[in-house]
Amino acid sequence: MTKKTLIALLLLVAVASIVPFVVSNYRTFQFTLVLVYAIALLGLNILTGYNGQVSLGHGAFYAIGAYCAAVLMDKAGVPYWATVPAAGAVCLVVGFLFGLPALRLEGLYLALATFALGVSMPQLLKYKALEEWTGGVQGIVIAKPDAPWGLPLNSDQWLYFFTLGVALAMFLLGWNLLRGRVGRALVAIRDHHIAAEAMGVHNALYKSLAFGVSAMYTGVAGALGAIAVQFVAPDSFSIFLSILLLVGIVIGGLASISGALYGALFIQFVPNLADEISKAAPWAIFGIFMILFVYLMPTGVAGALRMLSERQKRHNFPAAKNEEEVP
Amino acid sequence: MPLLEVRDVAVRFGGIVALDGVSFDVEPGSIVGLIGPNGAGKTTLFNCVSRLYACDRGDIVFDGGSLLALPRHRIAGAGIGRTFQNVALFRSMTVLDNVMLGAHSRSRSGFVSNALRLPRVPREERATRARARGILQMLELESLADKAVATLPFGTCKRVELARALAAEPKLLLLDEPASGLNHEEVSELSGLIRRLRERLRLTVLLVEHHMGLVMSISDRVVALNFGRVIARGTPPEVQRHPDVIEAYLGAA
Repeated sequence: MTKKTLIALLLLVAVASIVPFVVSNYRTFQFTLVLVYAIALLGLNILTGYNGQVSLGHGAFYAIGAYCAAVLMDKAGVPYWATVPAAGAVCLVVGFLFGLPALRLEGLYLALATFALGVSMPQLLKYKALEEWTGGVQGIVIAKPDAPWGLPLNSDQWLYFFTLGVALAMFLLGWNLLRGRVGRALVAIRDHHIAAEAMGVHNALYKSLAFGVSAMYTGVAGALGAIAVQFVAPDSFSIFLSILLLVGIVIGGLASISGALYGALFIQFVPNLADEISKAAPWAIFGIFMILFVYLMPTGVAGALRMLSERQKRHNFPAAKNEEEVP
Repeated sequence: MPLLEVRDVAVRFGGIVALDGVSFDVEPGSIVGLIGPNGAGKTTLFNCVSRLYACDRGDIVFDGGSLLALPRHRIAGAGIGRTFQNVALFRSMTVLDNVMLGAHSRSRSGFVSNALRLPRVPREERATRARARGILQMLELESLADKAVATLPFGTCKRVELARALAAEPKLLLLDEPASGLNHEEVSELSGLIRRLRERLRLTVLLVEHHMGLVMSISDRVVALNFGRVIARGTPPEVQRHPDVIEAYLGAA
C-alpha cells in the first residue's frame, strides 16, 4: 500500500468515526446498514468479482447469518457480539458445502443453481418443523444492545461503532487474502482455469473455499444486519436481496475491495432517493439510476475513480507517459 | 534412465483415434522435438503429459513415477512446466503477477495464513517476487513487469508464458509451438534462448513445432508423428531423411 492510500484510508476512518455524532440516530442506523452491506458485498465480490463464480443467491447466506444471530440470542441467550463469529462459521461451512456440487456448474448454470438457493430460502425459513426456532412467518424480534463499559453512546451509535469495527477487521482480512498467493490463484482461475490448474492451482479446492469465505462474509453481514434492524422474518430475505447484492458489486466495481463500499452506499441510499423523487414508481427511478451508473462508469465506481486518478497522474507527469509509448 | 517415458499411449475422442500406441523416451538434459503434420496428435500428447486428457491405454512415467496417478494440479509441482499453443495467460493480471502465479506450486501459504498475513506470508511473497523478477530479467522482460498482459503483443506474450512456466522450476519443459507467430529474427533469437535456458537451468525440453528450421537446429532427438503413430525417431538428419516423414509432409512421391 502506498503512503497516499494509507493517509486516505485513515482519513476515511476518521470521518466514519465522526459521522454518528453529527447526524440523526436514524441516519446513523442507515450508515450502520451501509457497513453491513459493504461486508456482504466484499464477500460476494471475492466469489464473483475475483473468482468469476456468479451467485444470484447470496441473500440466502445473508438470511442464514441473520437467523443464526437471532436464534442464538433468542433461544440460547448468547450475547449479540458472540453471534457474529458463530454466524460466520455456520455460513463458511454451508457455503463450502454448497460450493462442492457447484464446481460442476459454470457461468450461467451456476447462476441458476444459486438463484434456486436464493429463491427457496424464505420458504425454507417458514418451514413448519423449524417454526419453534425460526418463529415461522412472524420471525424473531431482537433487543437492541446498549453500549458497554458505560460509554457515553446511545445504542444506535454503539451499534454503528461495533459494526464499523467488524467491517474494518473483515476488510483487512479480505485485503490480505486477495493481495497474495491466494488472491492471485483466485483471479487466475477466473482468467484461465486450465492454465491455472497447469500451474499447480488446486481449482476445486480454491473454488469451494472461495464459496465458503464468500458465504462467511455475507453471513457475518447478515448477523450484524439482524442486530441492527432488531428483527428477522423470512420475507426480509427475498430473492430481491440477492439481486440487489449483485447490483451492488457491479455498480461498486467488480474485483475491487473499495468497490464494496461504493456499492453499499448505492444499494442503501439510492432506493431511498428514488422513493423521494417518485412515490409512485420508485423502482423505475432506481432503474434509471442504475442504467446511468453502468453507462457512465462501465467498470463500476471503483474503476472510474481509478481511471480518474491515472489520468491525473498522466496529466502531472506527461513526460513519463511519452517515454512509455516508445515501443 | 530417461526423464520421461511415454509407453504405448492411446487416446480416442469418440470414434477418432488421436494417439495410437505412441512410445518414446526423453533423456535428461536433452531437447526432443515432436513433429508431424496438423492433426498428427502432438498437442494431444502434450495434454496427456499435463493430464488435461486421460489416456485410454498406456502409461507415462516421469522421474521414475507414473504421471497417471497424479491429479492435474500436481503436475507442475512434480516438475513439468508447459506453455500453450495459443497463449493461455491470465489476461487481467500484470506480467509480474503471471510469473508469480507460475511459482504457485513452489509456495505453500493458504487461505488462513494469507488472511491473517502471518509472518511467513510476506517472507514467502518476497522470495516469490524476487524469483519472478530474476526470471523476467533472464528473458529480458523486466521493463514490462507491471504491464497488464492484455496490452502486450503476441510474441511478447509467448515470452511471458515461458517465464511463467520457468517460475515453477521445472525439470521438464513442454513447449507447444513456441515459434508460431514469431518473425524470422525472433525465431533465431528463440532457438538461442532455449539452448541458453537448458544450460543455465539444466532443463530437459520437449517441444512441438512446425518450424522445421528451429526443430532441426536445436533438437538432439526428433520424434515424428502421423495419424497418432510414431513414424520415425532419431537424430534430426535421420528423421529428415526418413522416407515416411518425407511422404507425410510432401505426399507420396
